[in-house]
Amino acid sequence: MSRSIVILGNGVTGVTAARHIRKRSAEDRITIISGETDHPFSRTALMYIYMGHLTFNDTKPFPDFFWAKNRIDLRRGWVEKIDTDSQAVVFTDGHRKDYDELILATGARPNKFGWPGQDLEGVQGFYSYQDLESMEKASATTRDAVIVGGGLIGVEVAEMLLSRGIGVTFLVRESAFWASVLPREEGELVGREIARHGVDLRYEQELKEILPDANGRARAAVTKSGEQIDCQMVFLTTGVSPNIRCLKDSGIEYDRGVLVDGFFRTNTPHVWAGGDCAQHRMPPPERRPVEQVWYTGKIHGEHIAANLCGEERPYKPGIWFNSAKFFDIEYQTYGIVLNEPRDQEADFYWEDPRGGISFRLRFNRESRAVTGVNVFGLRHRHAVWEYWIASKTPVGDVMADLGAANFDPEFYRQQEPAILAKFNTIFPQMAVKLRTRKGLFSSFFQKRILQSS
Amino acid sequence: MNEIPFYRTYPSHSIAHSGARLGAWEKIGLAATGLGLILLTAAVFGVSESTAEAGRFAWLSVSWAFIIGGGLAYGLHKHLSDRPGIRNNGKVTDSLTARGALGWMLGVVFTGFYVLLYWFAETLEGLVRLHDPLSQMLRGKAADQWFVYGTFYTVAIWVMGAKALAKYRHSRYHILRTWVIMIVQMGFAFLLPALFVKFNQPEVYLSYLWPLAYDKLFPGTLSQFLEAGNLGYFIVGWFIVGTLIATPVLTYYFGKRWYCSWVCGCGGLANTFGDPWRQNSDKSLKAWQIERWMIHSVLVVIVLLTAILWFEPHLPSFAKGPVYLVRQWYGFLIGAAFAGVIGVGFYPIMGTRIWCRFGCPMAAILGLLQRFNSRFRITTNGAQCISCGNCSKYCEMGIDVRHYAQRGQNIIRASCVGCGLCAAVCPRGVLSLENGPQTGRYNNHQGLSLLGDTKAL
Repeated sequence: MSRSIVILGNGVTGVTAARHIRKRSAEDRITIISGETDHPFSRTALMYIYMGHLTFNDTKPFPDFFWAKNRIDLRRGWVEKIDTDSQAVVFTDGHRKDYDELILATGARPNKFGWPGQDLEGVQGFYSYQDLESMEKASATTRDAVIVGGGLIGVEVAEMLLSRGIGVTFLVRESAFWASVLPREEGELVGREIARHGVDLRYEQELKEILPDANGRARAAVTKSGEQIDCQMVFLTTGVSPNIRCLKDSGIEYDRGVLVDGFFRTNTPHVWAGGDCAQHRMPPPERRPVEQVWYTGKIHGEHIAANLCGEERPYKPGIWFNSAKFFDIEYQTYGIVLNEPRDQEADFYWEDPRGGISFRLRFNRESRAVTGVNVFGLRHRHAVWEYWIASKTPVGDVMADLGAANFDPEFYRQQEPAILAKFNTIFPQMAVKLRTRKGLFSSFFQKRILQSS
Repeated sequence: MNEIPFYRTYPSHSIAHSGARLGAWEKIGLAATGLGLILLTAAVFGVSESTAEAGRFAWLSVSWAFIIGGGLAYGLHKHLSDRPGIRNNGKVTDSLTARGALGWMLGVVFTGFYVLLYWFAETLEGLVRLHDPLSQMLRGKAADQWFVYGTFYTVAIWVMGAKALAKYRHSRYHILRTWVIMIVQMGFAFLLPALFVKFNQPEVYLSYLWPLAYDKLFPGTLSQFLEAGNLGYFIVGWFIVGTLIATPVLTYYFGKRWYCSWVCGCGGLANTFGDPWRQNSDKSLKAWQIERWMIHSVLVVIVLLTAILWFEPHLPSFAKGPVYLVRQWYGFLIGAAFAGVIGVGFYPIMGTRIWCRFGCPMAAILGLLQRFNSRFRITTNGAQCISCGNCSKYCEMGIDVRHYAQRGQNIIRASCVGCGLCAAVCPRGVLSLENGPQTGRYNNHQGLSLLGDTKAL
């Protein structure tokens, strides 16, 4: 019996759900609706379009023929409301599309906290393709810009603007960069990198208002401490919130985001939600209610597809992982590393004296099981850290086999000896020798990682 | 905030920086290069056998000094004035790199130069005569069009190699690889052949093996070498061992990259001189389909031709004519037109590895070895891929690297030359060129939290 499966949103969650449904079901009709673009693209690559590294077409994770070939219908249009009684979505132009199953994957939108002037021309967030277009258009007449909010999107916007020779003033509310997530030393490492690229990075500064020029375009940002910074663009990068306007009067329950259970079902039969727009009623241990990350979006999509096709797949995400890039410094994290160690956690931090490279490990004080790692300027293997954290490997073994996690290119300086030397100084009672160096031939890698796959 | 130290401005969209796309050193560098090229062009008309030695020497030296000095000034300043790291700003919008007017024109000029050099060398007589002083010095005899070609080739690899060293200086892999390319070119593909000529030995380029240097296992060629005394024996041994032993063994341990990205001059030019155009390779599925039948067809032809030549004494007389014709046409179409004229001439339009991808029989053999019997792979780092597309874009072989990376799958493709740029441009460190045990090379599901993304969809 072929069902009509309608997916709102062509981001990674919607697209992943569509693909994984099609893998399981040949007869179901799948339609992806998007107001943003005709074809799905990777939002993560928007910055590279602006900087001229990629064209828009290059950012499509699947070629255009892929959709027709797999009988996934792509529809362009904005859905204004959802008629859950007759099971249809209603477009802004009035026409309707019936569904047997509806997946809400509408993503998020940049926060606006009611600053005077926040709706002026030249003021915007950075999330959607339309944001890229307006940024591109405004850049032609921009000499200086102000970014408000020290996080991942803000730092990417800074990199984009500098590539065009636009001066950047970056206002960060906290006393260190991305202080809600990064421990102090890493926040400072990132702050130095940002400043080194020529950004005027200002901590403990908040936006008060944005002043207009005679044409309704932003002309200056004013901070709460009274400073006025002349600019022609202001970027509001103080986080994003689920995009749930179309849920009004639908009966679908929402809080910050669309409320879902452990199977990504909403309160309404045949309506599912996942990705940036969804909110877990009961988040899994150590997870947030709203997960606004590319990777979790993908995983949500896979789970929705499985559940929608009759396989009971509760959301039991594995070890947390994330990544980012702060100008030229890559960041990866595996497990849980909060900005302060939790009660039972011991903490170890190493930074390369040359700067730009750091390693932080959290492990349980009693069991010594490793619980989380941050790496900056080092590439580490996902599979290895997932193994170590999932199997609660004690820190001594992890440090002794640290080379197994090394994913840097060949001939790069291997930092494990330096990391171990510092570890042994700080934890002499746990002092270890490096027994596994970088490479796939090590017995650790062969026995533990490949066999556990 | 107008003063931005250490940061390269990208072409002007901001009012403060309109027109300020080239720094002073870059303008000087480009001007010097342009002047040097004009001097070389003028030599075509102004130099002949009767031009005085001293005059030729001065003209030659000044021209190349300008080209080399200018090229270094431009290339080094462009990258050293910026922080180390990947900075492909403007690659898809600049006229030079994105098939704009400049790119097209250069494509035409390169192709035209190759056509003249290969088939109408008499039109470049002045340029050849200009290079007599250098040829006399290195080879002890007058220059010919191939010596001039070698000079251009070597300068291109060294000047643009220096630029690549500056551009990728944050990566030890690329620094080492670029140096090796430069040294192999200067040593094996320029100075050593010149030295051989000076001592009346066969002029061999030891870094080009059969079937790329397609005649090196022809019976005629080998018997010629054997007439050249002890060195001749060494050369014959070199080519036989090179193809029959070194190739499969090194490819087993390291993949195709030991040759295509570290030794071969075609690859050397592609990754130095051609670096600005690597992103112009065709990434379509159709191109991959064409590539596979084309490259293996060339391989079949050259293998058959070589084998048949070994049986030539036993061939019926009516067959000898056609075999000779095939050999001539192969040399013209594949050896010259494809490998040279189209292979390099089309850099700005179709990317840097057209020959390598669509034609080179050596690449075909190495590719089969890499696919079926090698320890090489590009590992993808679990589930870290964010599908941005940089890897596919900057793959010079037109491999859709992202297709594999976003599924957590290792990349083992016959065409992958292991240049390492995908891993370099990846903003999340998802890719790593590695050698490892063959078991499990193709499977990359290492117990991760994704449900599993193996089947193509």
